[in-house]
Amino acid sequence: MRSISLPLTPETIETLHAGEPVALSGELFVARDAAHARLVALLDAGQPLPFPLQGAVIYYMGPTPTPAGEVIGSCGPTTASRMDPFAPALLAHGLAGMIGKGQRSAQVVEALVRHRAVYFYAYGGCGAFYASCVSENHLIAFEDLGPEAICRLVVRDFPVVVANDCHGASAFFEPG
Amino acid sequence: MRELDTSQFFEPLRDALLRINVDLPDDVVRALMSAAEKETGPAAREVLSTIVKNIGIARHKRLPLCQDTGMVWLLLRLGEEVVLTGEPVRKVIHRAVEAAYTEGLFRKSVVADPLFPRTNTNTNLPPVLHVEFVPGDRVTVAIMTKGFGSENKSGLRMLLPTATPDDVMNAIVEIVRNARGAPCPPTVIGVGLGGTMDAAALLSKKALVRELDDVHPQAEYAAMERELLSRLNALGIGAGGLGGLTTCLGVKIASMPTHIAGMPVAVTVNCWADRKAVIEL
Repeated sequence: MRSISLPLTPETIETLHAGEPVALSGELFVARDAAHARLVALLDAGQPLPFPLQGAVIYYMGPTPTPAGEVIGSCGPTTASRMDPFAPALLAHGLAGMIGKGQRSAQVVEALVRHRAVYFYAYGGCGAFYASCVSENHLIAFEDLGPEAICRLVVRDFPVVVANDCHGASAFFEPG
Repeated sequence: MRELDTSQFFEPLRDALLRINVDLPDDVVRALMSAAEKETGPAAREVLSTIVKNIGIARHKRLPLCQDTGMVWLLLRLGEEVVLTGEPVRKVIHRAVEAAYTEGLFRKSVVADPLFPRTNTNTNLPPVLHVEFVPGDRVTVAIMTKGFGSENKSGLRMLLPTATPDDVMNAIVEIVRNARGAPCPPTVIGVGLGGTMDAAALLSKKALVRELDDVHPQAEYAAMERELLSRLNALGIGAGGLGGLTTCLGVKIASMPTHIAGMPVAVTVNCWADRKAVIEL
């Protein structure tokens, strides 16, 4: 399996093709529903975001509380399509990748091509497994959102599959 | 009449919740392992083998299988020859849910109201609690911790009373087809037929409490469950939605009398982490 360093570079993104399993290492930003609504409201108001979007990868996830002596609790992906209304605006501002589960809307797939970005599938429901791939976990914004707060994670060999690439291809099966 | 002090509910309920969020029932683990063995699609094979790994890690480290430790769904079946004494049973049940979600370090995923205000209750309270009276002196509580990646893909159709079994199956297949990979397939599908709209929805949850290898006692419904399972797997959605042989681990149907003018069909979609238990008091 190919190793990919984060944040993503434009050159790396061009080499990613739908269906390829890859192992991600580096920095991820955790954000889900309520955090997305706030991020896009900040963009609309011309305000700075709590983290730089350029080259960043957002992980759609809300962990369980961290057990004593551990880095994070259970931390698998949540359904990506709920973030579809917000993703194109973030991609237009430099977001390079997203990690979640399930298909994306046509608008997001098109925005991935236009802005040269990628959507990764993470193994749904496998939160206990993913906890062992996380080496750092820092709360960086929206603490009041509890499990929906924005965190910065450092991950090592975090396995995902390229689900939608910047060339317009998809790894998802389309039932007839 | 049998007297039952409600304090008796606390420990078994708390312990069942602590268990099911980290350790799947045997019937579900068996079904997932068998799906992993027979899968031929390379991506789906990787999904299933990761699921099997995840089950082992969760069990060993006592970590929740999935970060979505769900909204708690309970069905209290109360024998008509039982008198409950002590603290109100609803309060004891709420205490048990809160204790499990605090002690187990489970995610608190419940907001106080869908709209006004949508703030986390920080206790995972309240659970969805149904009470049903049954003959005799037995008391059981069926328990599920329901994740919302799958719950969001559930659906209800009010079909014509003249709908054939095939029309009913088509409606169910359509709901699962539209869900694609989002509800963490391989899923378990609960179907409720009949009653009113709300009764059908509740039946679709009750159907999910049955064990996966359990066969419906009525031959026509047993045949329908088998046919639906094979039609759903023929969709090819596969584990994670990446294409594969197993889209569903099981289909369970529950039915009840309905009106001459109607055919309510409710479908609850559950993810592969089919977390359920039944306790008896």
